[in-house]
Amino acid sequence: MTSAVRFQKVSRHFGAVRAVDGVDLEIVPGEFFAMLGPSGSGKTTCLRLIAGFEQPTSGHIEIFGETAEGVPPYRRNVNTVFQDYALFPHLDILDNVAYGLMVKGVGKTERIKEAEKALELVKLPGYGSRRPGQLSGGQRQRVALARALVNKPRVLLLDEPLGALDLKLREQMQEELKSLQRALGITFIFVTHDQGEALSMADRVAVFNNGGIVQHGTPQDIYRRPKTRFVADFVGSSNVIAPDVMTALGGEKRWASLRPEAIHIAADGIEARVENASFLGAATRLAVETRGSRLHVMLPAGSDVPDIGTAIRLSWQQGDVHYMDDAA
Amino acid sequence: MTALAITKPETSILPQRGGFFGRLSDSLWRHPKLLLFLMLTPPLLWLGIIYIGSLIALLLQSFFSIDDFSGMVNYEFTLDTYAQLLNPSNFDIIIRTILMAALVTVASALVAFPIAYYAARYAQGKWKALFYLGVMMPLWSSYLVKIYAWKLILAKEGILTWFFERFHLSWLLDGVLALPIVGGNSLSVSYLGTFIVFVYIWLPYMILPTQAALERVPGNLIEASADLGATPRQTFRTVLFPLALPGIVAGSIFTFSLTLGDYIIPQIIGSSRLFIGQAVYTQQGTAGNVPLAAAFSVVPIAIMAVYLWLAKRMGAFDAL
Repeated sequence: MTSAVRFQKVSRHFGAVRAVDGVDLEIVPGEFFAMLGPSGSGKTTCLRLIAGFEQPTSGHIEIFGETAEGVPPYRRNVNTVFQDYALFPHLDILDNVAYGLMVKGVGKTERIKEAEKALELVKLPGYGSRRPGQLSGGQRQRVALARALVNKPRVLLLDEPLGALDLKLREQMQEELKSLQRALGITFIFVTHDQGEALSMADRVAVFNNGGIVQHGTPQDIYRRPKTRFVADFVGSSNVIAPDVMTALGGEKRWASLRPEAIHIAADGIEARVENASFLGAATRLAVETRGSRLHVMLPAGSDVPDIGTAIRLSWQQGDVHYMDDAA
Repeated sequence: MTALAITKPETSILPQRGGFFGRLSDSLWRHPKLLLFLMLTPPLLWLGIIYIGSLIALLLQSFFSIDDFSGMVNYEFTLDTYAQLLNPSNFDIIIRTILMAALVTVASALVAFPIAYYAARYAQGKWKALFYLGVMMPLWSSYLVKIYAWKLILAKEGILTWFFERFHLSWLLDGVLALPIVGGNSLSVSYLGTFIVFVYIWLPYMILPTQAALERVPGNLIEASADLGATPRQTFRTVLFPLALPGIVAGSIFTFSLTLGDYIIPQIIGSSRLFIGQAVYTQQGTAGNVPLAAAFSVVPIAIMAVYLWLAKRMGAFDAL
């Protein structure tokens, strides 16, 4: 089967800056793919390479088997939902959504019909005559989505689309995006620096750092078996434990990650002192000091929370300790 | 964690600063409108009395008439002076000026756009500084010096003629000068010459607002347009131009109104036929017909009012 998007040794350098450096990537048609990484890790440049706003310095890009380098953005059947939506301020919502059809020469009655259907799809029917400035952030986000989807792209690119929304709206949009993607069957490629977002929405995740992909796999894979210290640090709130601390705790002398929720309070465990406790609602996170290192422990709701300053004992299964490469 | 070493203040309200200025600050803070009043009164008096007042005094003159025999101003309300504007010789002046102003504006916009576009979207650091310097520098030198320089450049013995000869293109220059109306004996005594110098002199006033408008167009709108399938031409027509229009209109207000009112350029460069500014100058000076001069000076104001109204109706200010 041809990949929706394939990168072969793709690099994009800006002078001495290697924004993207030798990336190999395959994205399966119909999947929800997340590119996760800190700012400056090359994930947005990868997205822009797919959209056609950037051209690779070297390497080869295919979109559904067709060569993409040298092809301008307006000849790619790929659409983007921009980070700050990029709605046209001088056009009303309907004209914004119908824009892609308009420039492709679709007749007025048909493009209005299609645009209205797209607005219904994103649950904004009847908003067509308003201006972008009159909508809230969440509504603008939906318009941007409708404006891209109305073109029936083969690949939809989303550049930190939820970054500007407040928490509640973000969670709601996450669910809606996911079900929309399932219903339409379009390949979604999604750039984010929010690991929670990537893990909860994506079928597969690629973790970026320093212009390259450090690890890719399913969210469960990446959460449970981070390949390197960087991934463990960046994805989730894992305890990253240095080799000498690991030996002190009775493990191998290697870097390891240990999930906070894998640690329990137990009568026969390793002694520790509670330094801080944060109530998170569904759980309470303890910061404890044990044998010269600081660990986070996640206590499920309903369990007794020890006072700050008290001594407790902790234990975990050896199988929950995940050893990994030292590399960043 | 170590506690921060902060000495706790003794009171929660600090004492008033001493002296007159301490009391003044407090009372102005309590009465912000008083502060606004004190700040705005002097400039408003200046603007209202000296600027608008004298303009109104001038315009009132246009409703008086002049006694043909005594040459004295007859201080009775009449529209006769305005009727005189419709005399073929006066009306010609108005049409000539409007046409020139319109052509100068269109040409300035066409020349300014690429420059403004480059400056807004590509120029950075020292290139941007160079752009501002290049655009502004002509404004710092004397207007008269520039115009006389242009007279020499455009003259029959000038560098332009020499340049055309040098490249064996004299036939081209002669052909252009042979054109009816716009041509003439040399560029410095033709409408074409007047036009070239007008465009040169007012160009910065078109470039700067256009550049400011283009700078405010977010780059991702251009990308979004391409992303949605628009070719660069379509993007220009449907996104870039409509969003830059307020700037171009702002620039055109300058180029259009400055050309309407100028009386020095057409006097030094061009055919000897009059423009509105020159008409005002001769009517109030040598002819001593202040009412007609005033009526002439109402014409650009009326035209600009209509122009702004049309621009507003076309939606030029919607994106502001």
